[in-house]
Amino acid sequence: MKKLLLGDEAIAQGAIDAGLSGVYAYPGTPSTEITEYIQGYCRATGSNIHNRWCTNEKTAMEAALGMSFAGKRALVCMKHVGMNVAADPFVNSAITGVNGGLVVLVADDPSMHSSQDEQDTRFYGKFAMIPVIEPSSQQEAYDMMQFAYSMSESLKLPVLMRTVTRLAHSRAVVEMKPAREQNPLNPVSGTRDWVLLPAIARRRYKGLIERQPEIEKLAEESPFNRFCAPAKRFEMGAIACGNAYNYLCECYPDGVPFPVLKLSQYPVPRETVRTMAEQCESILVIEDGQPFVEEQIAGILPAECRILGRLSGELPRQGELNPDIVKVALGLETLPHPDVAEHVVARPPALCQGCGHRSVYEAINLVLKDYKDSKVFGDIGCYTLGALPPFQALDSTVDMGASINMAKGAADAGVFPAVAIIGDSTFTHSGMTGLLDAVNENSPITVIISDNLTTGMTGGQDSAGTNKFEAICRGIGVDPDHLKVVVPLPQNMEEITRTLREEIEYRGLSVIIPRRECIQTLARKAKAKAKAQNK
Amino acid sequence: MKTDIILAGVGGQGILSIATVIGQAALEEGLYIKQAEVHGMSQRGGDVQSNLRLSDRPIASDLISLGQADIIIAMEPMEALRYKEFLNPDGWIITSSNPFVNIPNYPDVDAVISELKEMKNIILIDTEKIGSENKMSKSVNMILLGAASKALSSISFEKLCASVKTIFGAKGEAVVEMNIRALEIGRDCE
Repeated sequence: MKKLLLGDEAIAQGAIDAGLSGVYAYPGTPSTEITEYIQGYCRATGSNIHNRWCTNEKTAMEAALGMSFAGKRALVCMKHVGMNVAADPFVNSAITGVNGGLVVLVADDPSMHSSQDEQDTRFYGKFAMIPVIEPSSQQEAYDMMQFAYSMSESLKLPVLMRTVTRLAHSRAVVEMKPAREQNPLNPVSGTRDWVLLPAIARRRYKGLIERQPEIEKLAEESPFNRFCAPAKRFEMGAIACGNAYNYLCECYPDGVPFPVLKLSQYPVPRETVRTMAEQCESILVIEDGQPFVEEQIAGILPAECRILGRLSGELPRQGELNPDIVKVALGLETLPHPDVAEHVVARPPALCQGCGHRSVYEAINLVLKDYKDSKVFGDIGCYTLGALPPFQALDSTVDMGASINMAKGAADAGVFPAVAIIGDSTFTHSGMTGLLDAVNENSPITVIISDNLTTGMTGGQDSAGTNKFEAICRGIGVDPDHLKVVVPLPQNMEEITRTLREEIEYRGLSVIIPRRECIQTLARKAKAKAKAQNK
Repeated sequence: MKTDIILAGVGGQGILSIATVIGQAALEEGLYIKQAEVHGMSQRGGDVQSNLRLSDRPIASDLISLGQADIIIAMEPMEALRYKEFLNPDGWIITSSNPFVNIPNYPDVDAVISELKEMKNIILIDTEKIGSENKMSKSVNMILLGAASKALSSISFEKLCASVKTIFGAKGEAVVEMNIRALEIGRDCE
């Protein structure tokens, strides 16, 4: 059967057909559609695959490891920066090893289309010393899932799959295979391998190190890595990783006229690279993200072979690749084309008209104009757009949950007023622990939890704390007299600004929760309701 | 035989629906497809585009190169211009002439339109006017696609209509009919 699928959907369908029992994830562009596809599949078919959203990437990674412990196949999905949150259980899952197959799917975002950095997840795979796979096409993304689960179960290790925005959000026709059954329940028993006390962890880590040649051999022999070259000498060759392989092929419609190593499975297969170097005076490394392969092969190859890529300047050091960038690196001419347009300006995204976050920023700006030393610490979500005109209200945005802790640290240093603004989903993701620190010191900060009852920026997924925020704040120890709820509508501006001013003037910890549903999810629900009534 | 199409507009204007209709029709024609989309932050009122590539041979890159696009279909005139460099000098631009002004520094509209008119093959359509005259303001993207059908040589008009039936079928007969009529009106204008 064939289907037109996004790269993300191909990954999801591949996992389903590989006998998946559970997907664990926190929404994050460009990885969100994987879990959404599995959710849709379960609604349509009544499949029992676990598919509820998790509170953050760390809880997702740990739950997936638990499912693997129980003998079933689990998938955990996140965007690249989510891996920083999941890193602790991720790295240690290579020490425990797995029981049921475990695939960790991380979607990188070169060029930062919707992100705050362009870190390359392949480094995490090397760090954890496990196999990494990187599809070059939607079909390969699908095919790799069964392969990855088999490899995970035979090695008894997690497998990291890295993809990038361009593949995650691009559609192509995918041919599907017969689906596998899920694994039966078969929890780990009769071993203490999973109890990572130092003595056990040392033994496990030694085992992981000893297996590295075996893991590298899998990359040397991988069906997804391809090296073909006639046995003669060439001026140049190219190593093209994952998605970048397509850009190289695009430059040579009649076939690439020099040796090419298509690289989609790591660790870097050193033998293959050495063989290639014997045939090539120089090797251009084409890889989306950071110079992961380029750096490593410098340590593998003899000095005579010139290594070209992002470090040498043939390719730009940052940003997503495209066929034109690769053409320049190959010394090819771009096609004749019109000049760049004259009458075009940037059109940045903005908060929707009618969005509750707008009233929150209006109130913040109205009140804080009376405090010339005020600082506002932002967080990750739609409301990050409050940094742009017309509000320009934010002094920082760093990572999920940073708003509360940075406001606290700044207040510790003497900044007044220090205001944190964080969304509902981001608060439960990584804000609650910071709030506890602030409670314990009664830090003089004002925390605004702008609650729109959803995870808005990624398209309106369930938010883990909906209807629980007052209880969470009280439970953490926020003084009920300084825990306020307002409705962010323009007609309530007087009340909102008064509340904000009072709580800023209170020299201890306050939490204000402006709460109004996201207009996008509200409209979607109204539409669904009307549709149901029509039937 | 290949057709490289850039679809452009502002988040929420419906360019992905155009892509879906063409994509479905291309599947019916048995063509290879690659379609890169923009999801995430930009969808909140920012500029969005989709690279849609159709061919009777396997397609390598998800992205279209400079000077390679055969058609730019845009829901908005400045967004059409944004991708001008990607157009093959003999390629076509089919765009709505109605500006979507959600930024304070939108350029002079007449300058945008005259820069578009300097292009070799350009179809400018007052989609707002046609949409309201025909009481189909929700289907302006299909009016535009109808106009673009003349440049879409690899896909027949009938296949586009069949594709609309498949995609909008769940929304009822009336929605299908209106969108097919929008395609026809677009095809017949100018």
